[in-house]
Amino acid sequence: MGDFFTISVLVATLASGIRLATPFLLAGLGETIGQRSGVLNLGVEGVMLLGAFSAYYVTLESGSAVYGILGAIVVGLVMGLIYAFVTLIMHAEQGISGIGVYLFGLGFTDLLFQKNVGTPKPIRGLGEVNIPLLSDIPKVGEILFQHSVPVYFAFALVPLVWFMINKTTFGLNIRAVGETPEAADTLGVSVNMTRLATMLIGSTMASLAGAALALEVGIFQQNLTSGQGFIAIALVYFGAWRSYGVMLGALLFGIVQATVLQLKTLGIVEGANSSLMAMAPAVLTIVVLVIVSRRVAAPGALTRPFDRSA
Amino acid sequence: MTTQQNERATASAQDEPQSRRRSTASFIAPFVGLAVPVGAVVVALSLGAVMLLTLGANPITGYAALIDGAFGGWDELADTSIKAMPLLLVGVGICIAFRAGVINIGGEGQIIAGAIASTVVALVLADVPRILLVPLVLVGGAIGGGIWGAIPGALKAYAGVNEILSTIMMNLVAAQFLSFLLQDLLTDKASGAIKIQQTERLTENADLPLLPGDTRLHLGVIIAVLIAVLAHILLFRSALGVRLRAVGHNANASRYAGMPVKKSIVQALAFSGACAGMAGAVLVFGSESHRLIAEGGASGFTQSAGFNGIVAALFGGLSPLAVIPASFFFGGMLTGGIALQQELQVPAALIVALNGIVVLFVVASLKLKTRLRTWAEAVGSGGAGSLSTATATATATETAASESSNG
Repeated sequence: MGDFFTISVLVATLASGIRLATPFLLAGLGETIGQRSGVLNLGVEGVMLLGAFSAYYVTLESGSAVYGILGAIVVGLVMGLIYAFVTLIMHAEQGISGIGVYLFGLGFTDLLFQKNVGTPKPIRGLGEVNIPLLSDIPKVGEILFQHSVPVYFAFALVPLVWFMINKTTFGLNIRAVGETPEAADTLGVSVNMTRLATMLIGSTMASLAGAALALEVGIFQQNLTSGQGFIAIALVYFGAWRSYGVMLGALLFGIVQATVLQLKTLGIVEGANSSLMAMAPAVLTIVVLVIVSRRVAAPGALTRPFDRSA
Repeated sequence: MTTQQNERATASAQDEPQSRRRSTASFIAPFVGLAVPVGAVVVALSLGAVMLLTLGANPITGYAALIDGAFGGWDELADTSIKAMPLLLVGVGICIAFRAGVINIGGEGQIIAGAIASTVVALVLADVPRILLVPLVLVGGAIGGGIWGAIPGALKAYAGVNEILSTIMMNLVAAQFLSFLLQDLLTDKASGAIKIQQTERLTENADLPLLPGDTRLHLGVIIAVLIAVLAHILLFRSALGVRLRAVGHNANASRYAGMPVKKSIVQALAFSGACAGMAGAVLVFGSESHRLIAEGGASGFTQSAGFNGIVAALFGGLSPLAVIPASFFFGGMLTGGIALQQELQVPAALIVALNGIVVLFVVASLKLKTRLRTWAEAVGSGGAGSLSTATATATATETAASESSNG
């Protein structure tokens, strides 16, 4: 354990914690926007897998991570449309239809990977971009300012999402249809159009979260996300449906993951015990949910489809 | 919440004249109820056909192989029944949970917990004679799964934790714990250098006896059907069942009526988990290898029955007896899927993807079913009412949804 508490290891762990927090943050912010409008998308995990695979595959074929990200955006929009159709038009039970999206993403990406790639081929992901001057600060620079573009992008989105939800007309509409869709409807806000927009945004961000993950590790494999999408949904509860809260949660989970990885790399935890350590994020999620559940109220119309005739 | 209660109030008010008046609607409605989910499966399979075409495979040969592999002969039917067993057990548990207004996505974890508990029973009591040990491992599985279900139940009832999230997290924990056990405490010591995640061959005293006839059918099939009947009695013929359904229908009214709502939530998830846990035991002791084995991760053991059981339950309209044919149908999809995959030489992941599409379409079709029924009755009898079963299904899932969002 002594090896862990050295400055260089701690700095590396924190830096990798921020990197690992990025997929959680992107997916969590997207889910926050969706849930504020009253739609629970439990399919984040599946969309992340689809985004990860498309980013990986397009990058592998084209040689450019930029095309990979564009591919992930397209996939995210398509999945958003499908989920919007299922929930907004068909009024499907949101807690279960998301599981369908998850299983589809899990199987389909594995299928495409085996069929089109076969053996794992690494891709060259996005390089690190050092922020001038700031990255030269000892320790702090290494932790905060030597990351790839998706990391900066995800953290820059935090205030933007806050602004969008709280300070724009669109955000007001989102909150209105998420709390009392009937009232919003009487005032001429289109409930389903607003929710369609949040679904598209949320799904695209989930897909980008997967892309960020795939480009970070430079590889794709079956079930690459291993439950991160589900944890991202829990982070929305953790963050009390607020972007800064979600960011705190994402950082917490990123750092926990980085610590687990670091302990494995240093050989402090090995073999079967690493499976035991891998339980940590899920157990932590449950503990966190116990702590926060009584204190925050979910959007009033969460999981409730809107039907004007009802 | 209030609108939903209103909806429910009007729905039950409409039920009254319906039960007295027999109309053409009562003949049309059941067919609509059956046609919609079957139609959803057909649409899902057509999408699967598109998927097969893009993979360069012939979907007609594929689906012919699927049907033949699922229902083509006695052996195929037996295999389908064996695949249907965990779906039936999990599905029956889902009926109990959903009827009580609790969404249980934790079938996967509960299956694993049941499998672990029953394996431990078999290891500890290896010398107990078969006639005692077989029931003991099944009870052990039920207790293991029951505890794994009761935990999110208690968290929901007493700490307000959303059970959708907690059951998913319990799945992740169980999967990692299983992986740990199979590499460490319970690992097969004889396996040598190649580390397969499996236990030793468990005692023969715990093997589920084969049924007469020359197939792989074993006692588990009978047990699963028996549990479905018992669950039906529990839900519809017992005081406990009335209370669970009352809580699921309207938690607030039940509370005012003096019913222990919190206890009911824990009980519902415990029962639900117990059914899934028993599926775990059946998967271990009815398997051909008679080991607890996780091929390529925990889902290799559960075969996603924890998720597919939900679909079987919804397909059966949340009624345990109707889940019997529904799970048989889905069992056929799974055995047939393997035949399809072998025939066309496509990766097995195709079945998982296809599965997901089926889930999505069946769930999406459920509300359509209620709407079409109302429409059929409006046409048939000139207004009024919907079938009570359809309303019950819709309200059960709806309440579960609103409950969980409040949690």
